[in-house]
Amino acid sequence: MNINTTKIISLLFFIFSVFYLYTAYQIQVFAFDENAPFNARTFPIYLGYAGLFFSGLKLILPDPNTIKVEHKTLEYKKTGILVLIAIIYGATILKVGYFLTTSFFLMGSYYFLGERRWILMFMLSFPFVAAFMYLLHGVLDIYLRDPFLKLIGVMG
Amino acid sequence: MIEGILIGLTTALTFQNIFMVMIGCFFGTIIGMLPGLGPMTAIALMIPITYGFDPATGLILMAGVYYGAVFGGSTSSILLNAPGVPGTVATSFDGYPMAQQGKAGKALAIAAWSSFAGGTLAAIYLLFLAPSLSKVSLSFRSPDYFALMILGLTAIAAFSSKGQFIKAMMMVVLGLMLASVGQDSLSDITRFTFNNMNLTDGISFVLVVMATFAMSEALTIILKRNDPTAAAKQVSLTELGSIKIDKEERAKMLKTIPRTSIIGFIIGVLPGAGATIASFLAYGMERNLVNDKEKEQFGKGSVHGLAAPETANNAACSGAFVPLLTLGIPGSGTTAVMLGALLGFGIQPGPRLYMTNPEIFWSVIMSMYIGMVVLLILNLPLIPYIARILAVPKNYLIPLILFFSITGIYVMSFNNFDIYLMIGIAVVATFMRLYDFPMPPLILAFVLGGLMEENLRRSLLLSDGSWTFLWDRTLTTCILATTILIVGWQIYKTITKKN
Repeated sequence: MNINTTKIISLLFFIFSVFYLYTAYQIQVFAFDENAPFNARTFPIYLGYAGLFFSGLKLILPDPNTIKVEHKTLEYKKTGILVLIAIIYGATILKVGYFLTTSFFLMGSYYFLGERRWILMFMLSFPFVAAFMYLLHGVLDIYLRDPFLKLIGVMG
Repeated sequence: MIEGILIGLTTALTFQNIFMVMIGCFFGTIIGMLPGLGPMTAIALMIPITYGFDPATGLILMAGVYYGAVFGGSTSSILLNAPGVPGTVATSFDGYPMAQQGKAGKALAIAAWSSFAGGTLAAIYLLFLAPSLSKVSLSFRSPDYFALMILGLTAIAAFSSKGQFIKAMMMVVLGLMLASVGQDSLSDITRFTFNNMNLTDGISFVLVVMATFAMSEALTIILKRNDPTAAAKQVSLTELGSIKIDKEERAKMLKTIPRTSIIGFIIGVLPGAGATIASFLAYGMERNLVNDKEKEQFGKGSVHGLAAPETANNAACSGAFVPLLTLGIPGSGTTAVMLGALLGFGIQPGPRLYMTNPEIFWSVIMSMYIGMVVLLILNLPLIPYIARILAVPKNYLIPLILFFSITGIYVMSFNNFDIYLMIGIAVVATFMRLYDFPMPPLILAFVLGGLMEENLRRSLLLSDGSWTFLWDRTLTTCILATTILIVGWQIYKTITKKN
């Protein structure tokens, strides 16, 4: 059996299916539902077995279309930084507010992706977010929580 | 039916809705042109915006985006040989060689006219066939629906990618597993929440679609930035050439369009087949139908070869609305996204949709036709300008995609957990995409998961736990037989390929 990343993903999916199936069996159902033809755990149990079947099949059968990924050419560092910025954005958006965090998120992302034209970066962050906020909050009446703008009295 | 058409026209022809079609077509074209961002991503990005409108307007906007994105995908296929969506891969076979010969403008014009004709003819088929199909579908019972969902999921897996059937089925199972998180619809028992209150209502559809498409697409583009095979080829906008189609080319298109629109529509109606299969089948069929001299031109810039897939993929897009609106079964990944949006509006598509919400049913059908006209009016003169979007630097494009994705989730839940969950799913999806695990089956399964469990529950309860419901009704048996045929065909292809 040729071990490649697709097989490893399939193995991980197999393990995940085992865990899913175990959890499905642990679902507590009402006593009167325990022996019913269908209860809350029936469908997940079928899904768990289906997951085991297909991932097992992928593990056992030879893979004629092996995917070779050139890891050397992939930009893991930049992608990782971008994901990290997105996580920080997610962590601060509620506390700091939509306007500031989104603008800084955009500025930071442009910068880490290699952009250095500061005026363009600024235009496509602060004024852009302000215009977008106006569209959502002002025109479409979609509520946007923003403690910072509330503090300085821009938002009610 | 006349009354329904009038209701649809009245709704579709309001100033607001015509404006929405125009906006949708324009943005759809732009998003569809960006390599990797197809109609599904375009519609997913629009969902949070549509929640601010009434259902008919929201759907009209999404229909406009859908057609625009399909046409936009053709533009990047022709100009860059970089199909934005699988449905426009066949377009590049003859469109790109034509562009290389300095006829990019003509190729784009042929694509625009063929899309228009294909979509228009399909809208007419839809107009007359959808109500009949709706009546037929009223005879469907829970076992038939369950079988139909099995067929839809198997078919989308079977047609997803060559030799990737098992991978696609794994994604189907994963989609169903994600859909099972949260409260059970009947007993309210929580499942797979691990005592996390944020998961009690289940995982949001918008979250999954944004993570697996928009966000993971953006991360993939960054990840593959230095990959020489993924580098987009630049095109000189001064070499677009004339957009006029001469008499001989028009005659060729007139032969190709009617026949490929029929095949496109039929394929689009079948759950799981969609625009990709339709365009490839139409291309292959057209190649067999033309004379030997024309046959030699295929792959070198043939008008038939360009018009056939373009007509078929647009006709298939309209066809995909038939199972969506009449059965509640999406025919493709894109219509699966639309089904999710419909459910978000509180509308359950199905046989009774055109009785309970005729304004929605008919206005979507009528706006499809209006969308085609708008698309043509907008796109023909704008071809040289629209193509400039291809030059948007990725340094700006990627953060903006991430921004739209996160904002989409933020305005829905005001919850950090959903943002983290979305990023987590996006990272996993990005990694899986590297190894060709297809995402459309996951989305289709996620959308159908709840309905599938519901119909299985009803079927099993009615048959007192016996699985005989699978062959008790002729219709159920026929649908399951089709599923078995599809799976059998896949196994046969795998075996013959090995030999």
